[in-house]
Amino acid sequence: MTVQPHRPIYLDHASTTPLSPVARAVYETASDQIGNASSIHSFGRAARRHVDEARELVASAIGAHPSEVVFTSGGTESDNIAMKGMWWAAQAQQPHRRRIVASAIEHHAVLDPAQWLADTYDAPMSILPVDRWGVVDQPAYLAELDVYGAETAVASVMWANNEMGSIQPITEIVAAADRHRVPVHSDAVQALGQVPINFAESGLTAMTITGHKIGGPVGTGALIVRRDAAITPVSHGGGQERGIRSGTLDTVGIRAFAAVVDAATSHWAQRAHHLTALRDRLIEGIQSAIPDAMLMGPSGHDRLPSNVHFVFPGADSDALLFLADQVGLAVSAGSACQAGVQGISHVLTAMGVSETAARGALRISVGMTTTPQDVDTAITLLPGVVAQARHVGSHRMPTPHGGE
Amino acid sequence: MKVLAAMSGGVDSAVAAALAVEAGHEVVGVHMALSKSRNQFRTGSRGCCSIEDASDARRAADIIGIPYYVWDLSDEFEETVVADFLSEYAAGRTPNPCVRCNEHIKFEALLDRAVTLGFDAVATGHYAQVRARDVADLKVPGGVRQTFDLFRSPNLDKDQSYVLAVAGPHRLARVIFPLGGFRSKDEVRAEAAKRGLAVSTKPDSYDICFVADGDTQGFLRSRLGAQPGEIVDHEGHVVGAHEGAYAFTVGQRRGLHLGRPATDGQPRYVVDVQVATNRVVVGPASLLTVRQITCDQVVWFADDCPPTVEIAAEVQVRAHARPVPATVQQDADGALQVSLSAPGLRGIAAGQSLVVYAGNRVLGQGTVVSSGRNVEAVDGAVPAAAS
Repeated sequence: MTVQPHRPIYLDHASTTPLSPVARAVYETASDQIGNASSIHSFGRAARRHVDEARELVASAIGAHPSEVVFTSGGTESDNIAMKGMWWAAQAQQPHRRRIVASAIEHHAVLDPAQWLADTYDAPMSILPVDRWGVVDQPAYLAELDVYGAETAVASVMWANNEMGSIQPITEIVAAADRHRVPVHSDAVQALGQVPINFAESGLTAMTITGHKIGGPVGTGALIVRRDAAITPVSHGGGQERGIRSGTLDTVGIRAFAAVVDAATSHWAQRAHHLTALRDRLIEGIQSAIPDAMLMGPSGHDRLPSNVHFVFPGADSDALLFLADQVGLAVSAGSACQAGVQGISHVLTAMGVSETAARGALRISVGMTTTPQDVDTAITLLPGVVAQARHVGSHRMPTPHGGE
Repeated sequence: MKVLAAMSGGVDSAVAAALAVEAGHEVVGVHMALSKSRNQFRTGSRGCCSIEDASDARRAADIIGIPYYVWDLSDEFEETVVADFLSEYAAGRTPNPCVRCNEHIKFEALLDRAVTLGFDAVATGHYAQVRARDVADLKVPGGVRQTFDLFRSPNLDKDQSYVLAVAGPHRLARVIFPLGGFRSKDEVRAEAAKRGLAVSTKPDSYDICFVADGDTQGFLRSRLGAQPGEIVDHEGHVVGAHEGAYAFTVGQRRGLHLGRPATDGQPRYVVDVQVATNRVVVGPASLLTVRQITCDQVVWFADDCPPTVEIAAEVQVRAHARPVPATVQQDADGALQVSLSAPGLRGIAAGQSLVVYAGNRVLGQGTVVSSGRNVEAVDGAVPAAAS
């Protein structure tokens, strides 16, 4: 264990990425303005105007109509409103549609509300399998719809996976669902600003986006909801945002959010080019430095430009993160629970990776502030980290069920 | 030194970590996640692994100014401490899970991992002292090597040498107990308060951490299943029924629910747990008296191996029990033979840990395999061995 010889390198941009200069400037300017956007007076009207301008900016950036933009506090809230709201609304209008469909690699913000609905209302639930690259298995999905399409209330498939970077065939998924009149929600939190997104063209009923993955403030985001979609609100109150999301509008956050959505989507190609170069430099460097490292997820254009995910067989997860942090590399492995315990990634498990191998997983995600030097330093430091984490992994005791 | 401070979220380990920093060590705080299913909050004095405990440990690390990590040792804990707890009870013995946790988790799994990751020592908030001592050894260059002794805390109410002895001299060589010299818990709490540690007023935890509701019998029943059988008296008469012999401990008086009162009107105790026949034997207190104890899994400090000639010492058979005079000697099979002076001890169960002391110094430790009763008191109806 060496003392870190450099400033810590942040390679966890998929968790959150630094506030962009654009967002900071808009946030500071907007902070000087007072007024509740629901008020009648001049201050209120000014605030409302800013919110509506932000709404129009977001809408045009992602190919939606302004009234389809429902501002929320971010990904988890948007996913919850979509899953619960669409399922509840289906019960009111089409009670025979009770089934919930979600891909096996959804974020917990989708999977957990789906499971909660299934448990609370005794609703049937189907989990869509994925292939070894972490992409939804389309034949299985089509077969699922053929059998259960007529009784399905809502389906949710993310645009791109947060752990593996696997981009999902959203167009095909929506087209098949349309044949059975199943509304589809997609969590596009990771995809936004890295791949082209057009809500209208996608045919989605609802789509989740968030600010802090693209340089906006944490606590800002939106659920994009088609005008004809039925959604029962989760929170009731002042009836803001079409009654779907009550609560005083966060004018300041919304303005900063709109600015980064606009910037990230208008320049998505340049962003993707920049990130892809860093990503591939990192992948190639790690593969040559650690020959038995296993790249998880798809390659090339099927992978998010910012995402790198390796399994280092035999390495211990807690030790990997500890050692990486000690040498000043901020990376992640799956998602930690509330107490801070690293769980086995449900995404890797769904891809057919064994529990043993999944323990040696590391997600490294680059961002707009990442430099080639950062990547090179990471490539230099990782072999030592992995070797020592494998030493710990080899000390792990065998489990009685022969898993190790 | 590079020191890993094990931080449970309690006041002791927080102060221990702070003192390690102040002693000039480079300290990293680690909270061990030992339970698979964590409760949000701790209830009363029970449990040590709630989410709240993890966040208390994290906040203490923040205040102390050290990096903090959570390491998942729940597989190891389940496979060693919990599995041992269940198999020992299933075999009619009475385990001490805190001893096994120190043996397998804190001073094995955690210590090994720490050493592998480049740490020189593990610091914990235990109340006991480790002291280095030079011993002559012609096999090493210079003819002198260091050995490590374990001593009781000066705070006898808090002393934990009984549950630490199992770690042995080689492992304790890499362990520091910053609270070893503290004379009272109040002093430790004052040290915590002085440093602005919010855990300074946190209640102590007792009981078995993985039996969250404190219902050990219920826990055993849920994991081992009900195994109904008979309770008999020392003359073989059936006097009651039970749901599993494993739930009984030699010396136990409560919870027997006997239908027939004893003929002599005296209280009855569990005097034997017979797993083979699934029978629990009860009898008068006189049958519990023990003068001879045999231990295996012997760990020895003094000169690394137990004495082959009888030595006079004191032995302690429970945490916080009073030590009693005894002579100890290793027999030809490597087992430790312990002879107690009159009047002996009552209610020694197989599986218990026995620690041998010379004053405040720990000489060694073993696990009770069998005990012999006071010969005069036994009428021959009850087997002389505890299991």
